[in-house]
Amino acid sequence: MKAERPAAITSSAAGTNADGARSDGAPAIELFGVTKNFGRGQEIVRALGPIDLAIESGSFVSIVGPSGCGKSTLLRLIAGLEKPTDGRLRRYGAELDGPSREVGIVFQDHVLFPWASVLENVMLPADVLSLPKAAALERARWLLELTGLKDFTEHKPHMLSGGMKQRAAFCRAVLADPQLLLLDEPFGALDALTREELSLELSRLWQNLGRTALLITHDIGEAILLGDRIIVMSDRPGRIRLDMRVDLPRPRDVNTAKDPRFIEIKQTARDLIFTRERN
Amino acid sequence: MATPWKAVSTRATTPLIYFVLMILWEAGVRLFHIPGWMLPAPTAIIAIAKEWAPELLYNSCITVQETIIGFVLALVLSLPLAVIIAFTSTTRRLLYPILLGLQSIPKVALAPLVILWLGIGNWPKIVIVVLVCFFPILVNVVAGFEAVPKPMLDLMYSLRASKLAVFRRLRAPIATPHLFTGCKVAITFAVIGAVIGEFVAAQEGLGYMILMSTAQSQTPLAFAAIILLTVISVVLFHAIEILERKLVTWRP
Repeated sequence: MKAERPAAITSSAAGTNADGARSDGAPAIELFGVTKNFGRGQEIVRALGPIDLAIESGSFVSIVGPSGCGKSTLLRLIAGLEKPTDGRLRRYGAELDGPSREVGIVFQDHVLFPWASVLENVMLPADVLSLPKAAALERARWLLELTGLKDFTEHKPHMLSGGMKQRAAFCRAVLADPQLLLLDEPFGALDALTREELSLELSRLWQNLGRTALLITHDIGEAILLGDRIIVMSDRPGRIRLDMRVDLPRPRDVNTAKDPRFIEIKQTARDLIFTRERN
Repeated sequence: MATPWKAVSTRATTPLIYFVLMILWEAGVRLFHIPGWMLPAPTAIIAIAKEWAPELLYNSCITVQETIIGFVLALVLSLPLAVIIAFTSTTRRLLYPILLGLQSIPKVALAPLVILWLGIGNWPKIVIVVLVCFFPILVNVVAGFEAVPKPMLDLMYSLRASKLAVFRRLRAPIATPHLFTGCKVAITFAVIGAVIGEFVAAQEGLGYMILMSTAQSQTPLAFAAIILLTVISVVLFHAIEILERKLVTWRP
């Protein structure tokens, strides 16, 4: 028995309808010639770009690339945690100026506060954003039930398994019902079995929530399994080498990985990653 | 059957070692005829402690009082300052180097000056205690406020959390174990500070008793006072540790 889904706790931002999709049809994210350099003086290293990219509202986009290709930097730029060296970013048609309440992030390492209970951790956005308490609590409990953490609400994070921690982190990220969900290698710290289980669970949850999601991963299979579209990035400085629609039916499950189309897409992406450009 | 015996034996080990050392001490003093003014035997110390019990108790109370008042004052002064330093980068740049410089002064060296300024009585001793407690607490708490892992800060920034929210939800809880570390260092210093103050100028307190009894070659009484000081130090330290265990139930 699953709990009834509670009503949204935030009054929808202007320009959104009940489903959270923008009525004006602007893409969730747009990047125009975005680059990012690190270091200064003689030591400047280009980490990323230039990148042009548009992510349509309501889709699940996976970005896959070798480690150090700047994919996490790309996510941080979209999150507004970092500013681009050059180029422009827009979120739902508006120039991006720093982080937004409409963006939820799941970090690589759960980043739960060790002194707070699971429920308190999940409720953090409600506290920080001063959301109505009762409604937020109802949604938190609903999310915790949905992710199988119902019996662990009062536990401290160190008492949970890695997968459970990441589920709690996911609940926290979607508590305020953000328009856009950013997933920065959310399964990176987990073992292979938990990874697969959790990624399929995430896929179902995402369908349930109906929001835009951007997944950063170095696992091609994971990227295809979850995404409507996969973007393959090159080595540093990260640029887009492949942008491909994943035309696999939903809901997806363990058998999706046996689909010939899945194998075909995976092969294309792998070939691209392993035959790196050489100047 | 083996487990309770093991638990008892581990608990009993430390007292047993103390007991054996006492016996060795007593035997050594008797065997080598060490004069009482140099090293009194435990039995001699116990005998004189019984005789002087009211005085020892009264002077213990004085020293404990100075220690606790000074410690609490240091806490009350250093916490807001630590918050100010952590909150605004300007005050950190201006104040923190000065405070770190002041920290290097051996505070006990200031004791005669404090007595000179404040005269004889309880306040100069309390001020010396404040001086020795202040910096360990301040430095640890400031370090605690800054020991926030970057991903946690990113999480708060991603929610556009205000400085106040970051402080309340993140910096303050992170700093709590550091506060206790500082307090544990400070409370041991506090007892030392009180004794130094009493050494320099006082008419009461355990420090004063040690000074008086050694001047009169009443070494057993000085030993009794020193043992009491040790007990006070240990008890205060453990009181803070118990409080810490109650308040900091999480592990990083």
